[in-house]
Amino acid sequence: MQKSVIEVSSLYKDYQTAAGPFPVLKDVNLHIENGDYVAIMGPSGSGKSTFMNILGCLDKPSKGQYVLDGHPVANMEQNAVAQVRNKTIGFVFQGFNLLARSSLLDNVALPLVYAGVDKAERHARAKLLLEKVGLANYLNSRPNQISGGQQQRVAIARALVNKPSLILADEPTGNLDSVTSEEIMTLFSELNQEGITIVLVTHETDIAEHASRQVRFLDGRIVQDTRTREIGTSNTSSKSIAIPISEAI
Amino acid sequence: MFTAMLGEAWHAMGANRLRTFLTMLGMVIGVSAVVLMMAIGQGAEAAVKRSISAMGSNLFVILSGPPTSGGARSATGNAPSLNVKDANAISDLDGVVGVAPVTMGKAQIVFGSNNWNTDIIGTTPSYLEIRGWNLSDGYAFSESDIRSATRVALVGKTIVQNIFGDNIDPVGKTIRIKQSPFVILGVLDSKGQTLDGRDQDDTIIVPLTTAQRKLFGNQLPGSVRQIIVQAESDNTMPMVEEGLNSLLNQRHNIREGSDSDFYVRNLTAIANSAAETTRTMSLLLGAIASVSLLVGGIGIMNIMLVSVTERTREIGIRMAIGARQRDILLQFLLEAIVISIVGCLIGIAIGVGGAIMVNIITKAEIIISANSVAIAFGVAASIGVFFGFYPARKAAMLNPIEALRYQ
Repeated sequence: MQKSVIEVSSLYKDYQTAAGPFPVLKDVNLHIENGDYVAIMGPSGSGKSTFMNILGCLDKPSKGQYVLDGHPVANMEQNAVAQVRNKTIGFVFQGFNLLARSSLLDNVALPLVYAGVDKAERHARAKLLLEKVGLANYLNSRPNQISGGQQQRVAIARALVNKPSLILADEPTGNLDSVTSEEIMTLFSELNQEGITIVLVTHETDIAEHASRQVRFLDGRIVQDTRTREIGTSNTSSKSIAIPISEAI
Repeated sequence: MFTAMLGEAWHAMGANRLRTFLTMLGMVIGVSAVVLMMAIGQGAEAAVKRSISAMGSNLFVILSGPPTSGGARSATGNAPSLNVKDANAISDLDGVVGVAPVTMGKAQIVFGSNNWNTDIIGTTPSYLEIRGWNLSDGYAFSESDIRSATRVALVGKTIVQNIFGDNIDPVGKTIRIKQSPFVILGVLDSKGQTLDGRDQDDTIIVPLTTAQRKLFGNQLPGSVRQIIVQAESDNTMPMVEEGLNSLLNQRHNIREGSDSDFYVRNLTAIANSAAETTRTMSLLLGAIASVSLLVGGIGIMNIMLVSVTERTREIGIRMAIGARQRDILLQFLLEAIVISIVGCLIGIAIGVGGAIMVNIITKAEIIISANSVAIAFGVAASIGVFFGFYPARKAAMLNPIEALRYQ
């Protein structure tokens, strides 16, 4: 496995506006090592969300290099990018983004559909992950029948189902109360201890403190990069889940 | 993967049942209209074709002109201008394979306590050959019956049913036609109705001479009402028609420029134009029905566009977790195709059921061919693809970031 999961160098992103190109990211350089737990912070308009979209291969940089898991993805063609999103990255969103009409099992199994995995294995893997995030009794429930915290757990299970190298979480606790937020952050910490690389975007300092490294954006540039913990030593709270996640995936 | 997507398409359709049903309804109405119209149209065409082949092929009928008395002209066929000698002369023309002089009239017939009024045709044995009319029982009269004007008759199925009933074998029985006794030699095969609805089985055929001398007194001995002429083939018909006209003009001493005392009618041309008319009608019906199919297709497109807009966020999620553009395209295309195919199947069922109902209620002939069903199915499926493609492509081309942000 590559030592660096993410290598971003001299990255620029302009948005085309009526008044001409508007720079959102200016010369961003960032290396994230395998197994790291990074919080990306910054106020609104600092470029962190744009940066996140580029990391997630949802958007393309205007200029610069982005190497993900050893593959230069900045100028990949559509289908290949879809495959990277499918296999290499697991997304966790602020709004959970589950499919309302599908059962939790089908939601978690969905990435496997696009990976071409057959039905029996899809369901087996999805079921195992839902058990690991503590939702074994809700396999056939719909997203609107469970709480927000539970929905975010489903989303995390979905992000993990294709064994990604990287979890990208965009304000994962933004829609949750503080107790539920803690539970979700504990889950992330445990995942990180299993060796999964996590990059999360947040504007809350106490959420960012769960990470081992804090990167702060301002006006399209990285203005601060602090390591608070060594890689792989994130603080796991006392109430740990029974079975290691890595066994599940 | 494909089955998973098919399942999802089914699922998505179930999510908004009323809307799916209404969308499908356009397809159902279109397809059932096409199937029904084609069944009726093809049925009418087949009925016409059967009447034509019942009539015999490549036929002319020569009618005598109307008699004129004091400037008032009477109905055609009544003037005694045609006679058996004309018929004999015609049979020597090039391209003519059969000639049958015909004289006819109505007469009352009696058997036991039953009586009936029917058409009596007096003709020669070649008449049956020309019209392709076979006997289902007994045998036909011969040239010797013509020569000696014997009282023999061939009877149609309708006559048999009405005066003999089911239990009596008519062959060999004697009936009375205009009081004279006639021995029945044979029973004619059923020919059904003519194009204008006349029952061809309500007919008795007797030797020409018998009809002329013993049933219908003629103004001139040997005169006939019609001469039926069969040409060798479709191609020789114009040549034969010309030959008939010049021969008869010459025999009847009619100078160029003056009115003929006979008419030559091309029966095959009339029948063909009738067939052409029904074909045009069924095409027209089909065309009108296809318009509703088109409208149904536009309905599908409309709903799919709404569906894509509604599900923008879902599309964004799918893209974020690894759906390729073609996966999204396929998903929405499948939905449109499933809607149109299910609608089509229901439409075929209703169309076939409707056609059977039409058949039961109006007794009109219908033909439900595998072809017309297959065409309706194919057209419906391609309408699904055609009208589903644009919305599906729109979905596939969405920008994932914007789609994810869509509220």
